[in-house]
Formats: sequence, structure tokens, C-alpha cells
Amino acid sequence: MRILLVEDDAEVARFVRKGLQEAGHLVEHAANGRDGLFLAASETFDLLMLDRMLPGGVDGVRLVETLRGQGNRTPVLFLSALSGVDERVKGLKAGGDDYLVKPFAFAELLARVEALGRRPAVDVPSTRLKVADLELDLLSRTVTRAGRRIEVQPREFRLLEHLMRHAGQVVTRTMLLEKVWDYHFDPQTNVIDVHVSRLRQKLDKGFDKPLIHTVRNAGYMIRAEA
Amino acid sequence: MSVRGGAIAEGSRWLRRQGRPGVAQGDAHAADQGIGQGIGSPPLPTGTGTAPAMPLPTALRAMKPPRLMRSAGFRFALLFAALFAGSAVALAAMLWWGTAGALNRQTDAAVRADVLALTERWRETGPTGLAESIDERLAGDVENETIYLLVDPEGRKLAGNLDRWPGNLPASEQWSQREIDREGLRAEARLRVENLPGGYRLLVGRDVEERERLRELLLEALIWSAGAVLAFALLGAWLVRRALEKRLLPTYATAAAIAGGDLGSRVPLSGRGDEFDRLASTMNAMLDRIARLMDGVRGVSDAIAHDLRTPIARARGRLEEALITASHEEDLRGAVERGIADLDGVTRVFQALLRIAEAEAGSRRAAFAPVDLSPLLADAAEYYAAEAEARGQQLQTDLPPELTLDGDRDLLIQAVANLLDNAVKFTPPGGTVRLEAATGGGVLRVAVTDEGPGIAAADRLRAGERFFRADAARTTPGSGLGLSLVQAVAHLHGGTLELLDAREDGERRGLRAVLVLPRG
Repeated sequence: MRILLVEDDAEVARFVRKGLQEAGHLVEHAANGRDGLFLAASETFDLLMLDRMLPGGVDGVRLVETLRGQGNRTPVLFLSALSGVDERVKGLKAGGDDYLVKPFAFAELLARVEALGRRPAVDVPSTRLKVADLELDLLSRTVTRAGRRIEVQPREFRLLEHLMRHAGQVVTRTMLLEKVWDYHFDPQTNVIDVHVSRLRQKLDKGFDKPLIHTVRNAGYMIRAEA
Repeated sequence: MSVRGGAIAEGSRWLRRQGRPGVAQGDAHAADQGIGQGIGSPPLPTGTGTAPAMPLPTALRAMKPPRLMRSAGFRFALLFAALFAGSAVALAAMLWWGTAGALNRQTDAAVRADVLALTERWRETGPTGLAESIDERLAGDVENETIYLLVDPEGRKLAGNLDRWPGNLPASEQWSQREIDREGLRAEARLRVENLPGGYRLLVGRDVEERERLRELLLEALIWSAGAVLAFALLGAWLVRRALEKRLLPTYATAAAIAGGDLGSRVPLSGRGDEFDRLASTMNAMLDRIARLMDGVRGVSDAIAHDLRTPIARARGRLEEALITASHEEDLRGAVERGIADLDGVTRVFQALLRIAEAEAGSRRAAFAPVDLSPLLADAAEYYAAEAEARGQQLQTDLPPELTLDGDRDLLIQAVANLLDNAVKFTPPGGTVRLEAATGGGVLRVAVTDEGPGIAAADRLRAGERFFRADAARTTPGSGLGLSLVQAVAHLHGGTLELLDAREDGERRGLRAVLVLPRG
């Protein structure tokens, strides 16, 4: 993926850039809003990562608004030290696709980058999701594995749907909380693990190959091979 | 912290003493503040709060009274004087028209009637009869005010009380007012000439000397009263200006004291409930709000100073120790991982503190929207039911189908999540956690009941304090911020957090935490 990182803090920029490059992405860096806007408008990127507060007279929100005004639909991930609920809403309203508060774990950042970058440009309305022998029917809201019906709760269905839409990608606990529960805070106890392990038990019971994998220090991933 | 608390308490007491119960809006805030204070900090000694601000006289001297024309008081007063003088002028004009004017009109009417009557007489009887008639009239005039003169075409006098025809009289049927010689005296008279057929001329008039004197008197009186009006207007203006200044002085003084750093200072209310009291109580409410915001900021900085240093120190210590003593890469890696986990913990505490400050500042109140709590509570219960089950507990719910109120969805969920988190954390395996909600009496109650150790009555007031952890809770993981946030969210919504015993007897009394939120 070709990623533009607009971040004024040199150390954060270096660390993010290095990590993304190691994960196989191409990263361009701009240290202020003006340069960032210029690059974003003149070249093609798969993803923009923007700080909210930037020097150079153009802050992250302005930058996105300008790009969106020009019809540029490149996915935008905000990286910001502004953590208020309003700030997140402001960033998303301006045209951002995701919002990550500093300080963040790199695994969290990478998971969100991949989720945004590999998002299909046009949402093809698919009615079935399939990973290995696991099938999810979005119309009848049923789950089957190797033809055998598995009973899940509505919330578990949504959890599984989210994991399967991002099959092969790491999905962090925070992402699950935000996307499946619409909770934008950090519950003190990691209850999410309990939900995932319940789902996992239901899916893997009677099968020898587990589908939901725990990625250490990051989150969960659903994929075919062990 | 203690100085600040004292200052607020001091301010609110002052208000309570000065304020009328009906208008003292600041009072409600002060009382509210008092509650927050009670939970937030131990009882404070009184009187410590009068901060060493800029001495008041200096502050006031710095604020010179405005230049005369710039003074709003003076301008009001001037307007007042102008209105007063204007009405006085109108009164005088009416008076003049009604007295002096009426006299003139009366005189003119009498003369006109005389002329008419005498002309008629002339037509009937000719010069001789007219002369007789004039003599009769003169004889009957006891006040000696009437003037008549009839002359023949040669200008000789036929009848009347004037010796000769005065010169420069205007033409017939016109009025003139002039001095004439009459029986050796000069007198002011109002005259009218009537030309009769055959060259005879008739002069009819009235001596208005007396009336003129009366008019002069009246005029003099009016001039005097005009002077008095002006004097009263100026006096009134001065009084108005002084009263305005006097009423505004406490407000200046308070503002100056606040600007000088004495944040506990409040505008005293006069108790009259007038516009100035309204201004004062609005200002006081604003000051209370500012004080609360400052409390929030101070609370966060206190908390950072006291309780964030500890985990940071721990992380630092671990990393340093590993740097010095770790012999394998494995050890080093482990220490770094623990260091990162520690820092994540610090971040989490920091985030929680910011959330609390956000709720306490009340700025999110602008974003309040109608929220149906019922599905949100059901979701939260479902979310924590998994955890409860994993711990061998039961989570029961009793929720009505609809629970709407105006509020902040995210903060409300987080508050309930914190309560459930606590309940699940402190309830032993096999125990039951209950989430109930009900409406009634204009409030909405969300209660979370657990079977944990509960909170001792002595600790209950402090439970909402940041970082406070009861002795019984010290062994369980947690930051001591959960209930602070719940309480801040409750206050943000104008409600309260009640902490009660779940059971009366037994060692495990349990905790029943009730979020009481007013609806609308």
C-alpha cells in the first residue's frame, strides 16, 4: 500500500514509517499540513494518515475537508492526541474514516491501516461470507461450518461478521468494541476476550482446525490455515 | 485544594446570608457545590479561603469612574432631566393658554360684542342715539375698563371717554394694542375701529392694564418655576447617577477582586430582586461555574501529581533495573514488555482522568440528545453477562421497554459499564449481580446491585473522589477512578450517584449503586 503520513513529530513519524515499511507498505512523509495537502492532492495514495494538529496553517481536519471538497475519496486515518468525544466526532464528520488516539500500540495502528486500506472501494453487497468451511449467511443470519448449523447469539453473529469481513487481517479489541458494540471507551476489564472465546468454542467444537486465532499483543484474526 | 475549597464555601455562605431565597440563583449552585465538595474532599476549616487578593481600594482606584459624558449614569440622568423639563414646559404652556390666553380671548369677545351692538344701534337711531347709548354704557361701567369714542366726519368727538382720536390706528375691523392717554393717565388698551356710514368712526376698546399686570405675574411665576424645575431635574439626575453608581459598586468591587485573584468573592445581593440583583446572581452563577471548572483542572493536576507518578516510577524502575541487570535478551524483552504494559496503564488512567474532567466541565451538555437508555442498558448487561458467567456469577436484569432522557450516550454507557465492571469484579463466584432501571417522580433510576464487600459508611462520601480505594478494594485491580467518572456523569446530567447497602445484615453487605438522573 502507498501511504501518506502527515505528522509533525519527527520521532513518531520515524517510528510509524519504519513499522509500516516493515509490514510491506510504502510511506511518504510530510511534516506540515501545507506539504501534506500538496502531496495528497497531487499524487495517488491508498491511505492518508493525518495528525489533527499540524503546523503550516492547514490542520488535519482542514486538510481532509479540502480533499473531500475536491472529490478525493482516499481513506483517511486520524492520529491525534485530542481524545475528547467531540474531537473524534469532529474528525469523522470532516471526512475521516477512522480515528486513533495517541499514544497507540503499533499493532493497533497497523490493524486499522490494513482494515482501511483493503476496504473495497465500492461496497459490493455480498450476502454470504466464507472462510474455509465456515459460512455466514447475512440474509437468513445463520452460521454453518462444514454444512453443520451453529447457533449463535445476535451479538456473536455481528462479532463473527466483522471478523470475517476482515478475514486474514488482525482485528484489535478496541476495533471490535467500536465496530460491534459501538463503545468508544476502554472498559476496565477485557470482557471482549470472553465474548471471543465463547464464539470460538461454538465454532471449533467438534472440529480439529481452529479458525479464530489470537494474535499476541494485538487482537484476533480469522483465517483458514492453522 | 483546601484553600480553594474554603474559598468556595466562604463565597456560598456569604450568598446565603445576603441573598433572598427566591432570587439567589447562586445559592442553588452553591449548595450543589457544597455536595460536590463534601464528596470530593474532607470537611474544611472555614474562613481559610479569603485569598490574599489585591487590596480592594487599590483595585477600585484602578477603575476610575468614567468621564461625565461617558457615564451611563449621567446619560440616564440627562435623559431623565430632559423628560422632566419637557413635561414641565408642556404644563406651563397649557397653563398659559388656559389663563392669560383665556383673558385675551374674553376681552376680544367683549369688544366684538360691543361693536356689534353699537353698530346695530347706529343703524336704528343714527349718531345721536349711538352717542346716548355710549354714554349709558360708560355710566354703567363700574370697573372703568371700557373705552369708547365716536367722532363725526370732521373728527370731532360726539361721545366717549377719550379726548381725541388716537393717531396711527389700523384700518377698520382690525385689532390693535397700544398705549393711550385716558383721563390724563397712560394705559394699555386693546382697540378696534369700526367705520360707520357717512364718515363717522367708532372706536371700541378695553383697558387691559390690569390684565397685563396679571400676565406679568403669571410669567414671573412660570420663570421661577422653570428655574425650580431645572434645579430639581439636575438634583434628580445627580441622585439617579449616584444611585446607579452605588448599586453597581459591589459588582465592580467583586469583578476587581476576581481579577485580582480572589476567586471566592461574590457579588452581594440587595434582596430587592431587581435588575441589579438579577445581574448579580447571574454573575455569581457564572463565577460558581468558573470555580467548578477550575476545580476540575486543579483536581486533574493534583491527581497527576499524586497518582500518575507512581506507575510511571514503577515502569521506569523496571526498565532501568532490566537495563542494568538483565543478562539475557529474554529478560530484557520481558522487562520492556512490562514497561510498555505499565505505560499503557498510565495512558488508561490519563484517559479516564480526561474523561472525568470532560464530564465535570459540563461542556458536553451542549451535545445532549434524546437517548433511550433501555437498549443501551440491555447491551451493557449482555456485554458483562459473558464476564459474569465466566466468573460463575449470574447477571440479572429488570429493565422497562423504554427509558428516554436527554443526555450524552457515550458517557452514560461508560458510567453504567463502570458500575457493572465494579459489581462483577467484587461479587464472589456463585453470586448475583442485578441491573435494574425504573422511572418515577421525574427521575430515572439505574441501579446496579452486587454481593461484594460493599463500601463502609465512612468511606461512602469519599468513594467518588479520584483515586480513592477502600481498604477492601486494594487487592483487586483498578485505578480508583471508576466511581469518580460515574459521579461526574451523574452531575453532568443534573443527577446524583447514591451508594447504599444492598443488604442490611450479614458480613457481605453488598453495594447498591443508584444513578439518579432527572428526565428532561
